[in-house]
Formats: sequence, C-alpha cells, structure tokens
Amino acid sequence: MRRRLFAALLIPLAAVPLAAQDTTRREGVRVGVEYSGVRPGLVVLPGSGLDSVRAVVRRDLDYTDRFEMVGGDFTTPGPGTTTEPGGSVSYGIYKTMGAQLGVELAAAPGGVTARLHDINLQKVRNQQTFTLPPEGDPGYRLELHRTADEIARWASGTPGFAATRLLFVSNGRIYRIDSDGVAATPVTAEGVTSLSPVWSPDGQSIAYTRLEAGRGGVIVQSLATGATTVAPGAQSALNITPGFAPNGRLLAFAHSDETGTDIFTSNVADRCCAQRLTVGRYADNLSPTFSPDGRRIAFVSTRSGPPQIYVMAVDGTDQELLAPFDYGATGASNAPEWSPDGAKVVFHRDVSRSPQIFLVDVAGRRVSQLTSSGRNEDPTWAPDGRHIAFISDRSGRRQIWIIDTETGRVRQLQTPGAARLPSWSRRLGRAAVATNP
Amino acid sequence: MRASSLMLLASAVLAACGGGTPPEEPAPEPAPAPAPAPAPAPVDDSAERERLEQERLAREAAERARALAAELGTMINFEFDRAEIRPADQGTLDRKAAMLSANSAVQLRISGHADDRGSDEYNLALGNRRAAAAKRYLENKGVDASRIEVVSYGEERPLNPGADESAYAQNRRDEFEITAGGDNLVAPQ
Repeated sequence: MRRRLFAALLIPLAAVPLAAQDTTRREGVRVGVEYSGVRPGLVVLPGSGLDSVRAVVRRDLDYTDRFEMVGGDFTTPGPGTTTEPGGSVSYGIYKTMGAQLGVELAAAPGGVTARLHDINLQKVRNQQTFTLPPEGDPGYRLELHRTADEIARWASGTPGFAATRLLFVSNGRIYRIDSDGVAATPVTAEGVTSLSPVWSPDGQSIAYTRLEAGRGGVIVQSLATGATTVAPGAQSALNITPGFAPNGRLLAFAHSDETGTDIFTSNVADRCCAQRLTVGRYADNLSPTFSPDGRRIAFVSTRSGPPQIYVMAVDGTDQELLAPFDYGATGASNAPEWSPDGAKVVFHRDVSRSPQIFLVDVAGRRVSQLTSSGRNEDPTWAPDGRHIAFISDRSGRRQIWIIDTETGRVRQLQTPGAARLPSWSRRLGRAAVATNP
Repeated sequence: MRASSLMLLASAVLAACGGGTPPEEPAPEPAPAPAPAPAPAPVDDSAERERLEQERLAREAAERARALAAELGTMINFEFDRAEIRPADQGTLDRKAAMLSANSAVQLRISGHADDRGSDEYNLALGNRRAAAAKRYLENKGVDASRIEVVSYGEERPLNPGADESAYAQNRRDEFEITAGGDNLVAPQ
C-alpha cells in the first residue's frame, strides 16, 4: 500500500510527457505523438461485491486515456472503503494518493448506482442508477460499457467509447468484437471471402464485399436478422470498399471492370439512384469515406501514378489532392477514413515499402506520421475522434492495435486469429446493443 | 508338408516350361519362367491394329491440345505496383492471340493477382487493372473483346505463400483460364 501510494503521489506533481510511440524524425513530417497535458487522477473506489463490474468500468475509463488511473485493482476493501451506498468516503487518503475524482459503484435493484465524487471539494458531483440486464444476458456487457461511457462524460466532459464494437476480417470471414477485445463473433458465413466491412452509422447493419470467383457485389447485411441485399449499382463485375454516408441512406463504393475502378454512390434505403462520381480511364479511384457533414468524400486515386489521397464533393465535383506528396518519392497512400469531428483524415502510406499510419488535417493539409515500426495499416477511428485502431504485425502476426493520438499510448485488441481491415462502430444505441444474431 | 509343397511347385514349373531339366535344387524364390511365345493368331487383326492406331492418334491429339491449352494458360507477371505488360511477356501474349484466332470457340477468363505487400483493398483494383491490361493487349491483336472476361483476386490467392522477393514476383500475375471451347484445340498456322 505504501509503495503504491508513493508512486501515485509522483504523477500529478510533474506532467511528464508520456512516451511517444515513435521518435524518428523525418524531413517535413512530424513523426509520432508528444503529449504534455495534465490528466486528472481518478480512482475507482473499493467496495464490497460488484468486483467484475468495478473491473470493467475501471478498464473502460482507463482506455479513454483521459485520466491518470490511481490505485491498482481496488476490488478488495482497503482504507476509505465505502460499504454502504452513499456512505462516507475518506477523501483525505485519496487526495494524498493523487486522485481528484472518485468513482463509487454500488449495487442497486436491477442494476448499479454510480456516483462521481469530487475529492477536492469532498462531495458527489453526479449520481445515477443504471439498469443492467442480468449478467450473462447478450446485452449485459454493452450496457455496462454504456454506464462507464456516461461516467467518463461526467468526469471529462466527453463520453467514453466502450459501448462500441469493431468489425474485422479473419481468414476471409467477418467478425465483430467488443471494444475491449471480448466476445468475437462471426457475422458472415465460413468459406466465402468477405472483405472491407464497414458499419452503418446506426450500428444496425454492415456493408462489405463478397468476393466470388474474382467478382463481387457490395452486400448490405442486417446484424439483427442476417438478411442481405446487394447495393444498387454494385451487382455486376467487382465492387469494393463501401462507405456509408452519415445519414445511413447513401452508400459509396468502387466499381471495378475492364475500364478501371471508379467511385459510385447509390441509395441503399430506397434502393435506387446509382451515380458515378469519378471517370478514371485506366486510373483507379476507390476507398471512398464521407466527411461527417456528408458533403465531401475523401478517396484513393492513381491519377498521378501511385495511389494517393484525394477529396471531392459528394456529387463528384471539385476533385483535388488532399494529402500532399512528393512525386516519385512518397510511397503509396491508401485506406483513408474521415475523423468523426471532420478535422482529419487518417490513412496509411508506404515508407520503405512498409505501410505506416498518417494523418492529414483537412483545413491545413499538413501530414503527420503516427507509427514507424513494422507494418501498420488500415486505420479506423474510434467515435471519440482521438483513438485509432489499425492492423499491426509488431507482435509477430497481424492483429488489431489501438493508439491514442494524444498520448501515444498503444494497446493490443486480442483477436482469435490474424486480423485485417478493421472498422470501428459509432457509439452503439440500445437497438444495436440488443442485437445478437 | 513342406516337402510336398516343394514337389508341387517343382512340377508346376516343369509343366509351365513344357519339359526340360528340372532345377538342381529348389530356389527360395524361383525365377519367373519365361512366358510361352503366344501362338500366332489365326484371325485377321487389322481391325484391332486400326483401333490401336486410332487410339494413338487420339492420344497424340489430346497431348497436342493439352500443350496448346497449357500454352494458352501460361501466366504473365508484373513489376511491383505496375499493370503494364512487360516486353518479356509480349511474345507469350502474341502466341495466345494467334491461338485464339485459330480457335474461335475459345472463351478466356483472365484473373489479375497481386503480392501481399500493397494495401489489401487497393490490390483488388490493381489485379483488375492487370487483367484488363492483358485483355486490351489481346484485343489490339484482333481478339474479339466479348471472348475475354476480366476478374481480380487481389492478394487473396497467392501462388506462393512465401514472404520474399521471388514469392512476391510469382504472385504478381495474370492467370488465363479457358471457360469454353477448349476441346480439340488446333495449333495456329
């Protein structure tokens, strides 16, 4: 206890920049992440019972990277234990440990009561009882994550992103997995090659390419029923890299045939109105990603040689370069995804023939590099607009990793097999949470 | 028991040889006796010879057709992230064009493939471009466009699962598959 207390004391005194993911310097490019912000110390208060609830909430809050987590695994009662809901909290000891915020979790009929304590002011800032389905219910874990996301909002002003899921491809099959790496579940059939899954904005359906004999339609699949339809205009030849518009009605994708690969949109809600946006003439245009206001689309084009990142209006006009590059020197750039706040586009770019994660800020067109060792590719934004999941081989085989773009902290999301082409959902509503195909 | 079996074996050998000196002593594994020369067939065998000759010709024709089909199926390869036909592969495609002219019933499917270093999704577009480049080349040599179908597997079907330059080079390829009219191929003039 004493050692832990001492270590915790050090943290708020000096705002030590967290170790950046990469330190390489490259001409004209800011490599890696440097962080000098101060994060409030947060402790999940010990209590009796609810050990697994406390552990999940603590981990979810930790993964937001918005708090210095104080104390270790406080599932066993220690000093300052609250045994009664709303019972007295020994604020003094937590203040000494460096905590400014304390999260109290207590059993309540049909769920859990959460209280956020302001340790300095010695009072409860927020309090709410959350209904939880019975443990073991398909919706239980996501509902608990939603509780943690709300506590994160109380504590930092920004909700957490634990009540989300990721899609990924493993051995040609699409899986979904909870944001904390639990409950990997296949959503497409075995023995069919499915690629490039993306979430609909409401989290209730997905779109992907089903590759059959070198051809393939873009499929829209309901997660609740498993029912599939082919996107209008994406039936013949090869159709790849779908992306939903923020309204969930319009779907953009790339259609490949012998004239090349070009971007189309069609209305998947009314099942009509396929529209061609690019005319490549043997150049490829693919991987469309909508801006969050739905007015622009970033995409990949080979119009000037190797693939690079461009942007256009949603009707195909005003096509221009988005991420600057040096002709003949900069490597291929691919797999763009527009950030939820609209300010940035993340993509991967080959450096010495190894893909690395890059950002371009949409207003200033400045490019910065986030990773530099191993292969790092196919990035996807968390709904907080701050964390990015991507595929890396740094552990030996291709797995999903998550980087916090502000602190540079990196963690691995364990998947059962090798993983490719991840896509992160928005925060999932109750309708999506209840889904369990 | 044992002696009597040997006796039986010896007499069987004698009978098969149609006489002659018996072996000095029974060998552990008696050498196979030479088969008796077949008696000349009393019947006319020209029909049988004709049949065998037809079989031989059919076999040779099938062999030639297989060789032609194999040549039609010869893969071509590409440079990294390129879809241009290499000069070294032009002869291969010229021969395919000639064979397609000589065999007008043949329909071809060209599938483009990529090595796994590039982006997974971009590689589908790149494979498509590689297949389309070969189709365009054959079209320019006079092959009707409707006879050739273009598909792409991107990096999903590597020929060589290795992770070195020679594996990558093998995987950057177009494959050519006869989808119709592949029987009785004839050589171009």
